[in-house]
Amino acid sequence: MSEAPAPEAPFETPPSVTLTDIFVGFLVIGATSFGGGVVAYLRSGLVGRRKWIADETFVELLSICQTLPGLNASNMAILVGDRLRGTAGAAVALAGICLPGALMMVAAAAAYAASRGSEVGIGAVLHGVSAAAVGLVLAVTFQLGRKSLTRMSDLVFVALTVIGVDLMHQSVLLVLVVVGALAIYWYRPGRLPEHVKP
Amino acid sequence: MSQLPALIAVFAYLSLLTVGGGMAAFPEMKTLVVDNHHWMTFPQLIHLYSVGQMAPGPNMMMIAGIGQWVAGPVGALAVVLAFFLPTGLLTLWVGRLWNRLDHWPWRASIQRGLAPVSIGLLLAGAISIARGTITGVPSAAIMVAVFGLLLATRINPIPLIGAAAVVGYFAFR
Repeated sequence: MSEAPAPEAPFETPPSVTLTDIFVGFLVIGATSFGGGVVAYLRSGLVGRRKWIADETFVELLSICQTLPGLNASNMAILVGDRLRGTAGAAVALAGICLPGALMMVAAAAAYAASRGSEVGIGAVLHGVSAAAVGLVLAVTFQLGRKSLTRMSDLVFVALTVIGVDLMHQSVLLVLVVVGALAIYWYRPGRLPEHVKP
Repeated sequence: MSQLPALIAVFAYLSLLTVGGGMAAFPEMKTLVVDNHHWMTFPQLIHLYSVGQMAPGPNMMMIAGIGQWVAGPVGALAVVLAFFLPTGLLTLWVGRLWNRLDHWPWRASIQRGLAPVSIGLLLAGAISIARGTITGVPSAAIMVAVFGLLLATRINPIPLIGAAAVVGYFAFR
C-alpha cells in the first residue's frame, strides 16, 4: 500500500498495526474462544484489550455482518482486518481466526473416522453432546430473538421461515429469497417502525 | 480426490445461506451431504456438528471435519476455502461500500427485514438437528436443561456440554 489515503473513507484512522500483529491477535481469539459467542471474545479482545477499533465501529461493523451471508465471527475478522491494513489485513485476520478451530476439527474427524463402529461408548457420548448442542443453539436463538423481534409481524416472518424450511421442506435459498424479499418490502422505506440506528 | 469439485460446489453454495449464523445452512447441509452425496449418515453429521460446538473460533468449523472425512486434509482445506472465500469477498466489498449506502433508504429496510428471517433460519436449523437428536426423554431432558441453564445463568456452555457427554455415556449405551 502506498501513502495514498484509503479510497473508501474509513470510520477512523486505525493505529499502525502490522500484519503479524493482526494474524497473532486473531489467532489468539480463534484459539481461545471456547463455548461459542466468538463475537463477545472479539469485542473484549479488539475493543477492550488491544484498542484497535472503537466500540461504536465494532457495533456498526457487526450490523453489516448480521445482514450479509457468512459467519459473524469470520466476517468481523475480515472487516476489522480491512480497516486496519486493507485486503492483506482482512486475509490474515480470517486465516488467524479460522486456523485453530479448523485444525481441531480435522483432528476430531480423523479420530472419529478411525474409531467408527469400534466403540459403543463414543456414539453414546456424542448423542449426549448433540442433545446439549440443540439446547445451546435454541438458547442463542432465543437470546437474539428477544432483542430483535419487536413486532407481531416479526413473529410472522419467523414462522413463515420455519414452516418453509422444516414443514414444506423447501430449500433454504428459496425461503431466504421469498420470505426475505417479503420482509424487506414490509419494512420498506417510509414504513420502518423505528429508525434503525445509523 | 474425485470428490473435491463436489465438495467445493456444495460448501460454496452453503456459505451463501448462512445469513444470521452458520446454523441457518444446516437443513440444506443435511440434504446435500447426507441425502444427495451420501458422504456420511445423518447421525454422523450430527456427531461432527456437536463436536464442533466444542471447538473455538467461528461456530461452523465442523465443515473442516466434513472435508477431512470425505477427502483428507486436502478436502478440509478445499472446504474451508470454498466456505469462507465467496462470502468473505462479498463482505469485504460491502464493508467498503457501507458508508456510502448510508443515505440509501433501503439499507435500513434490508437490515430490519432480514433480522426476523435470519432468526427463523436459525430456529429452522435447530429443529432440523433436533429431529435427528431428540429421540426420547433422556435427550429431551438434556436439551431442556442446557437451554434453561444458559438462559438463567451466564455460565459458559463448555462445562454443560461436558456434563451432557457424561450423561450420554450412561444414558445411551
